[in-house]
Formats: sequence, C-alpha cells, structure tokens
Amino acid sequence: MADGNGYKVVGTRPIRHDGVDKVTGRAKYGADLNFPDMLFGKILRSPHAHAKIVSIDVSRALAHPGVKDIVTSKDLPILSENILAEDKVFYKGHAIVGLAAVDVHTAEEALSLIDIEYEVLPAVTDVAKAIREDSVVLHQSLTTNTLGEKTGKPTNISSHVRHQNGDVEAGFAEADVVVERTFTTQTVHQGYIEPITATAKYNPDGELTVWTSTQGAFNVRQQVAGILDCPASKVRVVPLEIGGGFGGKTTVYVAPVAALLAMRTGQIVKVTMTRDEVFEGTGPAPATLIRLKMGATKDGRITAADTDLFYEGGAYPGSAVGAGANCMFAAYKIPNLMIDGFDVVVNKPSSHAYRAPGAPNSSFAAECVIDEICQKLDLDPLEFRMINGAKEGDRNPIGPRHGKIGYLETVEAAQTHDHYQVEVGNGKLRGRGVASGYWGNGAGRSSVNLTVNQDGTIMLLEGSTDIGGTRASIAMQAAEVLGIAAEDVRPAVVDTNSIGETGVTGGSRTTHATGLVAIRAAESVIEQMKEKLADHWEVNLNQVDFADGTFLNSDNQISFKEAARICSPVVGSVTESTTGAGGAFGTHVVDVEVDEDTGKVEVLRYTAVQDVGTAIHPSYAEGQIQGGAVQGIGWALSEEYVYDQKGQMVNASFLDYRMPTSYDTPMVDTVMVEVPNPGHPFGVRGVGEVPLVPPLAAIANAVSRAIGVRMTHLPMNPGSVLKALNKI
Amino acid sequence: MQAFDYVAAKSLSEAVNLLTKYRDQARILSGGTDLIVQVRENHRQVGMMVDIKGVPEVNTLSYNGSLEIGASVPCYKIYSNEAIKSNFPALVDATSIIGGVQIQSRASVGGNLCNASPAADSIPALIILGTQCVVNGPDGERSVAVEDFCDGPGQTALESNELLVKLVIPTPAPNASSFYLRFTPRNEMDIAVVGAGAAVELSADHQTFVSARIALGAVAPTPLFADDASSLLAGKPVSDESIEEACEAAKDIATPISDMRGTAAQRTHLVGVLTRRALNGAINRIKEGS
Repeated sequence: MADGNGYKVVGTRPIRHDGVDKVTGRAKYGADLNFPDMLFGKILRSPHAHAKIVSIDVSRALAHPGVKDIVTSKDLPILSENILAEDKVFYKGHAIVGLAAVDVHTAEEALSLIDIEYEVLPAVTDVAKAIREDSVVLHQSLTTNTLGEKTGKPTNISSHVRHQNGDVEAGFAEADVVVERTFTTQTVHQGYIEPITATAKYNPDGELTVWTSTQGAFNVRQQVAGILDCPASKVRVVPLEIGGGFGGKTTVYVAPVAALLAMRTGQIVKVTMTRDEVFEGTGPAPATLIRLKMGATKDGRITAADTDLFYEGGAYPGSAVGAGANCMFAAYKIPNLMIDGFDVVVNKPSSHAYRAPGAPNSSFAAECVIDEICQKLDLDPLEFRMINGAKEGDRNPIGPRHGKIGYLETVEAAQTHDHYQVEVGNGKLRGRGVASGYWGNGAGRSSVNLTVNQDGTIMLLEGSTDIGGTRASIAMQAAEVLGIAAEDVRPAVVDTNSIGETGVTGGSRTTHATGLVAIRAAESVIEQMKEKLADHWEVNLNQVDFADGTFLNSDNQISFKEAARICSPVVGSVTESTTGAGGAFGTHVVDVEVDEDTGKVEVLRYTAVQDVGTAIHPSYAEGQIQGGAVQGIGWALSEEYVYDQKGQMVNASFLDYRMPTSYDTPMVDTVMVEVPNPGHPFGVRGVGEVPLVPPLAAIANAVSRAIGVRMTHLPMNPGSVLKALNKI
Repeated sequence: MQAFDYVAAKSLSEAVNLLTKYRDQARILSGGTDLIVQVRENHRQVGMMVDIKGVPEVNTLSYNGSLEIGASVPCYKIYSNEAIKSNFPALVDATSIIGGVQIQSRASVGGNLCNASPAADSIPALIILGTQCVVNGPDGERSVAVEDFCDGPGQTALESNELLVKLVIPTPAPNASSFYLRFTPRNEMDIAVVGAGAAVELSADHQTFVSARIALGAVAPTPLFADDASSLLAGKPVSDESIEEACEAAKDIATPISDMRGTAAQRTHLVGVLTRRALNGAINRIKEGS
C-alpha cells in the first residue's frame, strides 16, 4: 500500500511502460518515420517582418531537377493564412510556399529558386508601440471589440475585456499603502527539443494518413480536414512519441502542407522544421505590458487592485489575455477590482499556448506588487498570503467561487519548510523571494478502451498522447480499480481510427479526464465480469462481489487473473466529456545570489510547493513541478526573442535563445500538498501548468530584495541587472 | 547543405597541393565542430573538404623546451595533459569551456584559431602565452605571432593555399602563471560576451610584476592583445591600484558592438571586471604554486 493512503497502486512509483524504448533510443518520434520513395517538403518563409506579396514566381524552382510539386495559399481548399500566407506576410518566418522534392537538400536548394517580389512595410514588434494611435496597423479589417462594442476604426487592439467588482477608488482610499508599477515580459518559446514535423500519405480512395508529433491527434485531424476541406472521417492521424510540447503542439503548422503535397503528388511527404523555423514560424508565448496598482491596509489586507493587461497576440488576434486575467488574483480575496485586458497584434509569430497560457505574465505583476507591499508594510510575504489567501467558498476576484482548494496549505507548507527557516544572507548580494500561482485546469472529452486478456493482463488503448508520463498515470488508475499491478496494464496511445474522440493533452487535463474515463472503463469491466461469473457460478448477479482485486460469493473467491481466464474476452470502452477539474495553486520559495560586478544571477536554492490533489505517480508529478520551475527560471533570467530594428528575430537558435541548462539550475525541491479534488474519484488535480506560474515573480522578488532595486522587466539578464545596479 | 568533394589527406604536401588546386573552394576539415555546422546550415559553401586528421604533423603534442600543439589536437588532449596543466593553466581554462564534452573530444585549438571568431576562447589564452603559429604552404613553412593571425571575423593571415600546422608556446619563467576566463549568461553552452586572459611573471617575493600579457576576446573584430595594459604593469607593485590601472588601459582598447549577447557598455564594463579577475587568478596561481 502506498504511503498509507488507502490505495494499492495510486501513489506508488512503478517504472513507466514506455521507459525502456525511450532510454534505449528505440522510441519512434515524429521525424523518425521514413518510407521508400518518400518526398521531403520544405517551406519558404518570409524574410520580412511585414510586407505585401506582389508576386510569386515558382517556375525556376519547379524546373529544378528533383522538385516534384510546389504549393501556395491558392492551392489550399480553405484559406488558412498562418499555414500559407495569402497576399501579406505579418512576421519574419511566415510560411508562403511549400514544395516537395526527392531529398531535403534538393528541396532546400529549390527554395532559393523561388522568386517573390515584396513591398516591404514598416513593422511593429513591441506591444507598447502597437497600441499607440500612430502605430503601423497590421490588419486594415481589424477593429477593436471593446466590451462587446465594435469601434469601427482600424487598430492593432483586437479586443478589450473587463472584470469589475466593487469600487477600486474607494478601495485605494481605504489603503494605507498603494504600490503602482509597470511590468514587461518578452516573447518566449516553449523550447520543445523535437521540432515540428509531419508525414502524410494520400491514397487514391481518398484516405489521408498523417503521422505527427502532437499533443492532440484529433485536433490535428480536425484542423487538417478543415483546411483541406475533406471529411474528418477520411483523415487518420497517427500520433508518434512527442519530444516536448508545453502547449506548443496543440495546433498544426506543416501538417496541412505535407498533406496537400501528398494529395497532389500521390507520394508520401515529410516536412520537418529546422530549429530556426521552430522559433520563427511557430507560436511562442506572448510578450506583455502590464500596469498594476494595488492597495493594502497596514494590517496587511488587500483593499483594491486595478490593472491593465496588454498581451501580444502576434500576427493575429488570440493572445491568452483572458486566462491571464482569470488567474492573476485567483489566490486572493480582493474586494475592489478592475481588470482591463487587451489583445494586441504585432509583427511577430502568432502567439500560442505555452504552459498555463497567460498566467505567468499577469502573476509576475501581481506577485511582485504584493511583495513590494509586504516590504513597505514590513510584513512576512507568506504571512501576508495567509491573511489574504483564498479558501473553499471564497470568490476568485473575477467571479466564480472556489470549490475545495489547497492554496493556504501550500503557503503553510512553504512557511514551515526548512528552506524558509534558514537565513539566506551571508554578506553577498543575496535575496529570497516567494510567489504563488494558480491555474484552473481542464477536463473534457477522453476515450479509453480496456481489453481483458486471458492471462489477466489488460490492454489499455487511449487517445491522449503522452507528454508527461500519462501512459503510466492512466494505467495506474485502471489498475487501482481492477485490483491488479500497474505493470499488468499495457497502455497504448493509438491513432484516430482506433479510439473515440479525445481532446488534447493540455490544460493539465489528461491524468484527470482520461484517468476518470479509464476508471469508468475499468468499472465497466468489473460489472461485465461479475455478470459472467454469476453465470459461471450459477448465482444471482447481486450475490457476486468484487473487492481488493478479488471476485467472491459465499462459496467462491478468485483473483482478477483467475476470473479473467473464465470471463475473457471482456472489453470496457468509454468515451465521455468529463467535468470536475479542480483548480490548483503553487507557492515557490527561491534564494538567489547576484554577482555585483557582472550582474549575473545565480539561483542558489529552489523549493516548489504545490497542491496536486492526489499524486497518482508522485515521480511524474514532481517532474512536472521541477520542469515548470526550470522553464520559469528561463523566463525570469535569460529567455527572450531579440529583435533588430527591422523586426527580425536575431537569436533563433538554442545557442542564443539561452534556455537554462542543468548547469544553471539547482535541484528543485518539490513539496506536494495533497488536498484531494472532489471532482475525481482519486482526487486528481492537474499538475503540469501551475508550476510555471510562480517562478517569474519568485525570482524577481528574490533579485529585487538582493540588490535593493525593484525589477519589473523580464528577463533579468546580466545586462539589465548591471543597469539596475547603475554599473553601466 | 550542398554537395561537396572530400579528401582525407595523408601528408602535409598532399593537403597543400589540394589547397593550391582548389584555393577558395577548399576548406580544411579537422574536428569539424565549426565547419560541418556552417556547411549544414548553408552559412558556408565548400567545394572541397580537405580532412587533415590523418596528417602526422598536425597531431603531435610535445613539451621539450617549448610546447608544440599540432593543429588537429583536440581540446580534451590538451586539458588532460600534465605538462600543460602545470605550465600553461590558461590553456586548460580555455579548452575546458569550449563547447560540451562531446565537442571537446573533437574540436581542436588549431581549428578554433582558424575559425577566427572574435569570441573564440582559446585565442586570448594563446596570445598571453606568446604563441607562434607555424604555417605551411607551397613555399614551405613560415611563422606568425598568434596576435597577428586573425584579421577579422572568420578572416586569418593564411593564404588560400596555406594551412596551420602547429602552435609553438615558449616555457614560462619560474614565478609565472596564467589564467583565462569568460563571461557568459549561461554557465555552459554559451559564447563569451567577453573573454579575458592574463599571463603574469612576478618577482621572487611576489611583490612586483616582472611582466604581464593581457588579451581580450569578443570586444573587437579579432581577439586583442592588450599591449599597453600589459606593459604598464612591468615593474609595478602587485597591488589593487596597479591592477586597476591595467584594467582601465584594457577597457581603452575595447571597441565592442551591441548585439543579442550583450551591449557595448556592458562589454566595456566587463573588460574591467574580467581583466581584474584574470590578473588576480594568475597571481593566485603563482602564490599557490610556490
């Protein structure tokens, strides 16, 4: 039994089912697939940040030996401008032409033979400039949808949303201390190691197959079918192993182009991005500009918060400003609130989901201002959070009431942790920062098919692609219900023709939602086996019980495995739109040391506390928390898209984009608080996204306290710290 | 990547003949950690790749009165060599931070020099150690001081029919040592924002500078020998004041650019910081060694 939690499998740490293939290098990832006579596709991308396409001439490229086909947006049945641009390009790296050739080098060479005439336009790559009246406007057809009203005037602000509660002016009047700051964060990429790739095959009977690395095979099916205007039932998407996603693999980029080229040539076509294409041509997380004013009384009660959130949507509307607003103050009770959120287009790649989309940016502002209030009031920052923190029944300041949550438990665990008890200083520039964060988590549609084998093992088919150990966490939940070992359940992620519809592996939903469906499927298996055993034992169904992995009636008692021999074949298959996801909170504590001569920040110690509901496989829950914290260290200290005067990204490589390596991060200590989610039979809460929310502010607060200067702009790289220290 | 021809030369004369035949179309391949990446990413077109790893003269590593490092000797052989560890510690500093372990198994100091990056870690270390570069071509051998070897980013004093054969480094004096360090935002897998090396000879009582050589990386189109900063230390007492004076003189010759790796102001500031740390590092090694 695991840790005395009442479970036999839940809470244990079995070796993952896909582990051997992965550590021996045998697992097949997206680009590992090869077929005889396969063609290789390449995409020609815009060298300009903003330009009109005057003409495209592909004749020289088409005549190049080995080139088989070339497509532009005109060849797409349904126009999709971010797949292939129509008459304008909105960012450097914007895809314009796709071609297929006999090998990748020929394809690359042919790209240089495509002649495109551009009319280069001024570009805007900074949200602060894009919102100005005199800014270059990207889309003449775009007008602001402000609080439900259309303004009718072309602008880069696509939408304006507001959350309002109470009276902020009265709240500030009541406050003893008011802090107002403006924060900026830069564009950052998910940084998955495996680049975007897709391989497509089209058969004359109209069946299209797409092999790809994705967080959601059904999502890919829907999008490819939509763009190519063919029935989704004719598209089979086969998800291969996925080398990192973090939200970045929930949409398609090259798959529709590979599919179109495959349809036209009749040959299998593979398109794999290079690293610079990944940086420049996929969806990073938005840069933001955030103004925030907060007030509190001298006994440490928050009286009001007033904020403007400007999020970059990139080339097209659709930033995560809404989620940023939802999560910004979720941890607190705030009686007077005003949030104005703006979605702004700029000449950068179309922003896309990245782990708790929108929340790290807004929380960075909120948690830094709270820290400054604590400094002004001389209050311990965790004590401040105990005073203001939300518990079950309190409202998220934007509206909904919290159900059962474990926020205060995370604060208490941080307070009592050894890390928070020991002193940080030793005469050098050292500081300790804390911050909290929230993510709402998702549920939704999942499908699981369980087949009982004669030997009592289980084949578990699922539609959820596995990016964080979910084969194990879902198999374990089925095993718990069935009363067998996790190793006796063999999970497989299958294609879209082999399982019911399943949403993306995203929104921290999979262990909750697909797990819940696996539980339902396992319960169905037990019911069916009870029926079969009732027949077999010639008793009434209600005389057969199942407990602790044993079927029994008054005369018989057999294990699940013995029962399987009698009952198989048995199949439990469930597709369900689940609900009941539980939001979750984390509280992080970090110590840093700043080199006052170079401005370099070293993270000395990091402790991440999180309410995980119930950890199904604690190692993978801990891994998620550590991974989120490390990505947060990157956002805080080193990662950013650097643009030149012309709006060109100049650091589109892993060398100069500077994600932290293992040499830049301490061991991240994790503390899992378990406040079970009542919306799941085992109490699961999503764990994957929460841990990227607190680190930005936690590190900024630590640096600010270390150097005695408030840091409000990310990343806090050595140059910006030297500036804050007045050394340059 | 474009198709190219490849020959594994077996002798210096074969390599020189190929260079003479193909001139600008030819490129010497040693560890390939720069060249192969450049070709793959279409940053460089090569018609003929001349692999010299099979040429005996470029693989020697010997210490007899002076240190001789063949142009193809990989970093790991340098930083694990006992004679180099004792006598040329700045070379160990530099070669052990070039790339990761896999890169160090392949990448050569000769290649690092011929690639002529302004930010190359080994070049300031070679400059402070007074290295001579032995070059071979159709007219035979010639020797070039390493501080004169680089002409600009990616540009060297080599004619298109010449190749680097070896690096020759004189033995340091008894009360001498050397130190190289760089500043990078990340602790590994990064390129120097600024690099600085210092070789120092002190009086027997460690109170006075006998001589010093300071070199800088990533603050000009080529790695720089900080001549004035170096010579002003001779005869000066070993003190914070002397060191600060040298640091200021080093800052005077820096002409850095602002790019995504750092601003000009940050780099100039760092020249002072790193020169001080390099000098103190070398001084401490002398004191620890005595």
